[in-house]
Amino acid sequence: MFEAIPPAAIYLLGALLIPFLKGRTRQVFALAIPLLGLLNYTAITEGVHWTVSLLDFELILGRADRWSMIYLNIFTVLSFIGILYIINDNKALDLSAGLLYAGSAMGVVMAGDLLTLFFFWEMLTLGAVLCILARKTKDAGKAAYRYLLVHVFGGVILLAGILIHLAGGGSVAFDKIELSGLGAWLIFLGFGINCAWPLVGSWLTDTYPEASIGGVIFMATYTTKTAVYVLARTFPGEDTLLWIGMAMATIPIFYAVIENDLRRVLAYSLINQVGFMVVGVGLGTAMSLNGTAAHAYCHILYKALLFMSIGSVIYRTGKSKATELGGLYRSMPWTCVFCCIGAASISAFPFFSGFVSKSMIMSAAAGMGTWQTTLIWAALLFASAGVFHHAGIKIPFFAFFSHDSGIRCKEAPLNQLIAMGIAAFLCVFVGTFPKMFLYPMLPNSEVSYEPYTVGHVTDQYALLLFSALAFTLLMRAGLYPAEIRSTNVDADYLYRRSGPFLYRIFDKVLNGAIRLASVLFIGVIAKNVCNFFESGASRLACWVLTPVWVMQGADGKQIEDNRQAFFRIARKGAIPIGLTAFCAVVMLGLLSLIFLLEK
Amino acid sequence: MKPDSSNSDETPGWFDRKENVQKVLTGLFIGCGLLVLIDVIFWITGFDKHPYFRWEQWPGFYAVYGFVACVLLVLVSKYILRPLVMRDENYYEEKEKRDQMKGGSDDV
Repeated sequence: MFEAIPPAAIYLLGALLIPFLKGRTRQVFALAIPLLGLLNYTAITEGVHWTVSLLDFELILGRADRWSMIYLNIFTVLSFIGILYIINDNKALDLSAGLLYAGSAMGVVMAGDLLTLFFFWEMLTLGAVLCILARKTKDAGKAAYRYLLVHVFGGVILLAGILIHLAGGGSVAFDKIELSGLGAWLIFLGFGINCAWPLVGSWLTDTYPEASIGGVIFMATYTTKTAVYVLARTFPGEDTLLWIGMAMATIPIFYAVIENDLRRVLAYSLINQVGFMVVGVGLGTAMSLNGTAAHAYCHILYKALLFMSIGSVIYRTGKSKATELGGLYRSMPWTCVFCCIGAASISAFPFFSGFVSKSMIMSAAAGMGTWQTTLIWAALLFASAGVFHHAGIKIPFFAFFSHDSGIRCKEAPLNQLIAMGIAAFLCVFVGTFPKMFLYPMLPNSEVSYEPYTVGHVTDQYALLLFSALAFTLLMRAGLYPAEIRSTNVDADYLYRRSGPFLYRIFDKVLNGAIRLASVLFIGVIAKNVCNFFESGASRLACWVLTPVWVMQGADGKQIEDNRQAFFRIARKGAIPIGLTAFCAVVMLGLLSLIFLLEK
Repeated sequence: MKPDSSNSDETPGWFDRKENVQKVLTGLFIGCGLLVLIDVIFWITGFDKHPYFRWEQWPGFYAVYGFVACVLLVLVSKYILRPLVMRDENYYEEKEKRDQMKGGSDDV
């Protein structure tokens, strides 16, 4: 057996080397990195590895326990699927961005201290920005810039939180933190921005649909799920998370119903699914935390699958809007089947992955027995019906069925089909045999859960089929909202449309201040200082001399003449030597006086 | 990309035939009916579904909940949310022309 190395190192090194390779070598190398990652994963044993001393801190690059290993597992699996999906285009930027992103996410989940965590946290942003830029369109460039702004802001908040936490005597260890005090709250919020919480999370639906078709797979996998992981480690059982999770699970589905861009619909349902995980963290019981980890695992698989299937549609047709698609099931039958498997999984149909993970969180909520958790249970049940409605039906229906758009194209490339096939197989396999593969990996091994009871299966089918019935009847009655090409404003309004408003404010306030400063410093102060150094001494001397001239009997005109004469002498430096010596002596006397007074 | 709408001579796909769509829908209606029937049988025989809440044992609870949830979801989205948040497609900025978009490649 060989010695494992930090998984992040493999991926980051790979990402750095990709641009130097070409052609087939690059493809083989890019695919070898995740395979090496998988091999490396099997060699990692439980415990603390790879510690580095930096200043006074002990940095831990590898804390391998049941919490981190399940995330490392799915992150590694997904990195392979994602790289395989984009390997046919063989673009250095796409491949590098994907590997960098994957490596950073692994760095976060393996981190054992807050500083290492922060380092990889920022690297995540870099990976995501590159994934958006890889689309290589103007809109993508703008979206990447917005993404960068929001996440740099989030990073600064997190860093401030960590520093205040450390200054207040908090431990640098990446462990449970009490949510009290400014430091802890800033850390909480910093995590929350990456977790796409309401009001601070609209960057997700804003930028994901602009990313490259491969990049979005990595984005949908790494950023929000590392955020869920760090929340589960630092703030498990925090009540605030219950309400945040509930809002995340419910609000975006309303937006998803009226959204036209299918990748944006997927982005909304991503937030909805992360909401379930956040509720799991908020409940903080052994079963709910297991549910969060399991749901993150399954969610990564089916969300990547859905993004891949729509990605292939974009690859072949250049379109992603419901208004422009439809009837593709004939041109892209395999992609259609894989999309339906992803849709069944996110909708939590029995024998698909979502069913065995989401129900854990639901059961944990139901089992708590307080009115708050009952309310949250009801909201999650509503969200479960809603997610089938807007993602499970809407995505495959508008892309592959609905009206025939007239588009005839080729099936997706083979590598994309294999990537989707692997993800689809895992969705069904994990969903059908959860106890073989998924459940043994869960963090709290003492909890057992049985998803396949007769009541649970029939209830779930009833919920889903009647949602489908509602969709059908609303469609038939013409009540279903027509797909309209439009933009639906969200909290991203704050930073996207506030520009002109802020511009005016800055124009008035800052430019006003600059104008005032200009007048004050250049017009008044500088002018007077110049005057003083040019003629200050002579003026002073004139003031002293004027009473003397008056006593000598000079009138106004003579005094003015004397002054002019004096100025001429002073400017030429032609003051008699006796006078200069006198002034010097007076000066010395004054200095002595000051010296004496000081004593 | 070959957006070709002049394909009237090709045979219509399975889902393009009205009678097939009707078959799918009939299947859905039968499925819905069966599930309610099963729930009623459970209720009559007193089969224990191991519910957390007593209302989960009521026949058709999940069916009604799913149906009502979706109808509410759609109506609220359509009649409340959409008038509030919908703007023109180019509300934030002029989008690039469609043909400049990446994609639409047929090469493998």
